[in-house]
Amino acid sequence: MSLYYVQKLLYQLNRDPHTRSRYETDIDSLLTDYDLDEEESAAIRRPDIGLLYVMGVNGQLLMHYAALHGFEWDEYIGAMRAALKEHGSVRAGLYGSVDSESKF
Amino acid sequence: MPLVFAGVVSHGPGITGRYERADKELREALYENFYRLGAELKEARPDVLIVVAAEHFANFFMDNMPAYAMGMAEYYEGPIEDEQWLGIKRRKIPGNAQLSGLIVEKLLQRFDLAYSQEWQFDHGIMVPLNFLTPDYDVPIIPVNINCQGPPLTPLARAYDFGRELGRICAALPERIAIVGTGGISHWPATPDSGKINESWDREFLEHWLSNDRAALTAYSDEETYLAAGQGGFEIRTFIAVSGATEGCTGELYFYAPIPIFAVGCTVARVKLTL
Repeated sequence: MSLYYVQKLLYQLNRDPHTRSRYETDIDSLLTDYDLDEEESAAIRRPDIGLLYVMGVNGQLLMHYAALHGFEWDEYIGAMRAALKEHGSVRAGLYGSVDSESKF
Repeated sequence: MPLVFAGVVSHGPGITGRYERADKELREALYENFYRLGAELKEARPDVLIVVAAEHFANFFMDNMPAYAMGMAEYYEGPIEDEQWLGIKRRKIPGNAQLSGLIVEKLLQRFDLAYSQEWQFDHGIMVPLNFLTPDYDVPIIPVNINCQGPPLTPLARAYDFGRELGRICAALPERIAIVGTGGISHWPATPDSGKINESWDREFLEHWLSNDRAALTAYSDEETYLAAGQGGFEIRTFIAVSGATEGCTGELYFYAPIPIFAVGCTVARVKLTL
């Protein structure tokens, strides 16, 4: 699990046209810059917005990644809700902290 | 001179990006109060507007996250988001590097804040400016308080940061206005988007309107997260404005939960008696 690097990739995609261009033209090379496991790489490639949410990606990053792939607002919310049903609760990060020991 | 204007507003991206999906009457009442606050801001003839914001991983990320940061650029750009998604056209926004530098220097005497000479405003600043200074003719000094990635600055520290900022502004000759933008309760960009804890919001607003430092700073992050969502962390921006206007009460212009805007939409002004 390298939630930090999944989020870092989305952060840079959201703000940096050069990263976006590499994402569009040579995603293989781009992904090697981040310490991602197979499940993470696959979720980014599909993209599986719902699974990324379950992995713990922050919505403030994820909603822009979804928009980049043409998700309308309701579709974006729906993808996350469906993934919760399919995969269970959020595994890590802030949203995952509710079910675990306090992180505060 | 003392601050010439102070207020707080919401900034949810849906306010401009999904405006057509909101209840028309509520939306128009919100917009009207946004513009009312903007008109009053204009009447105060500010030389600069300090916007205390809670940005959302647009410029500051967890590789190097400052608890507090202030812009120190001649100009800024925004929105960083897709123009159509946010419903706000990308543009340059004037800053005031010289005055920012002076304020940063003075703040550093007591607060180890970061400064930034390159800052792309996200919806957290662009949505308020879209209504308050729609001509983008007032130089902006942005402040960011990290409200996204815990660990977060303590609420009492946010109040004291605001107090120090207000004290510094009061000693400067410029006419300075301040607007805080954030919260209150919301679960932005999650499956719970649209959920709003109105009773929690109204209780918080009571504390804010009476500038009750003890009550404002008594929340723990855990109880805020559970009762008010991640978006609840953004109360720090409101609290900083309370600190900057210590001793002054506020007036609530508008509050209503608007689920498609994903937040209890708020417009309020501080009755300055500084």
